Amino acid sequence: MRKDILIMTTKAKSAHLASCLSCVDIIATIYSNFKIKNNENRFILSKGHAALALYSVLYRNKIISKKLFESFCKKGSILEEHPSSKLKGIECSTGSLGHGLSFGNGLAISYKLKKKTQKIFVLLSDGECNEGATWEGFMFASAKKLGNLFVLIDFNKWQATDRSLNVLHLQNLREKLKNFGWNTYELDGHNSKLIKRILKTRITSKPVAIVCNTVKGKGVDFMEDDNNWHYRIPTILELKKAIKTL
Amino acid sequence: MRDAFAQRLTKLAKKDSKIFLLSGDIGNKLFDKFKSNFPNRFINCGIAENNMIGVAAGLAKEGYKPFVYTITPFLTSRSFEQIRLDVGCSNLNVYIVGTGSGLSYSRLGPTHHSLEDLALMQSIPNLEISIPGDPYEIEEILSKVIKKNKPHYIRLGKKNKTRFLEKYKTKYNKINCLLKGKKIAIISLGPIVEEAFKAIKMLEIKGIKPSLYSINHIKPFDFKNLSKKLKSYNKIFILEEHYEWGGFASRILDSQEIKNFNIIKIAIRNKFYNGLGEQSEARKFLKIDSRGIYNKILGYETR
Repeated sequence: MRKDILIMTTKAKSAHLASCLSCVDIIATIYSNFKIKNNENRFILSKGHAALALYSVLYRNKIISKKLFESFCKKGSILEEHPSSKLKGIECSTGSLGHGLSFGNGLAISYKLKKKTQKIFVLLSDGECNEGATWEGFMFASAKKLGNLFVLIDFNKWQATDRSLNVLHLQNLREKLKNFGWNTYELDGHNSKLIKRILKTRITSKPVAIVCNTVKGKGVDFMEDDNNWHYRIPTILELKKAIKTL
Repeated sequence: MRDAFAQRLTKLAKKDSKIFLLSGDIGNKLFDKFKSNFPNRFINCGIAENNMIGVAAGLAKEGYKPFVYTITPFLTSRSFEQIRLDVGCSNLNVYIVGTGSGLSYSRLGPTHHSLEDLALMQSIPNLEISIPGDPYEIEEILSKVIKKNKPHYIRLGKKNKTRFLEKYKTKYNKINCLLKGKKIAIISLGPIVEEAFKAIKMLEIKGIKPSLYSINHIKPFDFKNLSKKLKSYNKIFILEEHYEWGGFASRILDSQEIKNFNIIKIAIRNKFYNGLGEQSEARKFLKIDSRGIYNKILGYETR
């Protein structure tokens, strides 16, 4: 999937490559371990700028065709740089940060009321925790005991233009969320086994937050933890080099 | 009007198990009956409007019909983006119900005035907009919109107990003719129609007899039909408790169908206002009360 992402981002000249590489393992883990669709488990990519990572997972799980995947960012394609609810399986159009958690709260209430046993997964970025609405959502989920809600935070320690810990106070994120009434975990966000183990835990009365420690640009040594790749697009030469290092 | 909303929604929720009510920590006692009858379908979302809209959108995605209720500016301006994206862009069946619209909360100061909500809400594609004029109309509107699978904005006043539109049997989404006159027409939106009634009584003494139309649904809107109704008038006054820019009058003036009509706005200058007092005093000061309407029409007639 990293290769797909690298190729498509170069072809389409789209930004947010490093953000995609940072969270693709998390998305892939969710889709390979759970049935994601209506009336089953649900997934919301709240950090919509990593849409290409989601598309690559959908493509490799045969949920979208190769043809559709390769239409990424082309005129007339539904696959834009941010996901649209017009694509089947995408719950809501995200890209403006801080919307996905609240939407997930709504789904979680519905599942609880309908006594459904499946789970609602929401993927946030650390930068997204700058948004006030995200914290409204955190308080809401624990107050309403939405134990079927599993939130994963792609904590790569970078946001668009600076280290996230320098921008706003995100220190002790796990501790913060624990104090907000969540069941919390912290783990290596590139370790599929660890993520899976937490996602498979039984539903309790508390929502679950997983702080996923990740590396922005993960998998390509010359991109790892280098925030230039938040916006930068690889040249053909860099693409070849990047694919070799995978 | 608030009471009628709460009562009718409770009644509808008995038959329709999809109805949800989300409150932004307001409506003390107002929803007691709804709460006791449907404890699982009432959520106090707290003073967190942005999250509340998102939650409603998630519920609508699941086939529910959520009503989101709080003070108008805290929905329409504070949570504009949530309404635009989570509700409008996804075209989800959420009912955004703003209470205390226009100058209903005039005494509470500009933080609580809502004079730009129509400008904001009209700009959102897919979003339908209704403006009940009295308790009778909110009952009518609710019974109709609950059957439509669309995003809605409903602009409520405050108490507005008098049912002065009931005897006219005004209909949802129609250009309701309340008084038939000549040459001049007043088109009124929402509760301010009470001022128009009074103004017309005063004008009649001067021998001027305008027609009075009331509109309770402005989006989508059949402008062609309106242009047919307006043909015989040489002056048309649009009365709304809203800034004069971006309201319904602005949309009329922009529409292709309404051409060569003499349209005059009776609305509010684009300013922040303090010290307005009660709603009746505010209307008077801003010249949108019966006297203000009377003077404006008389001014045009005696030029």
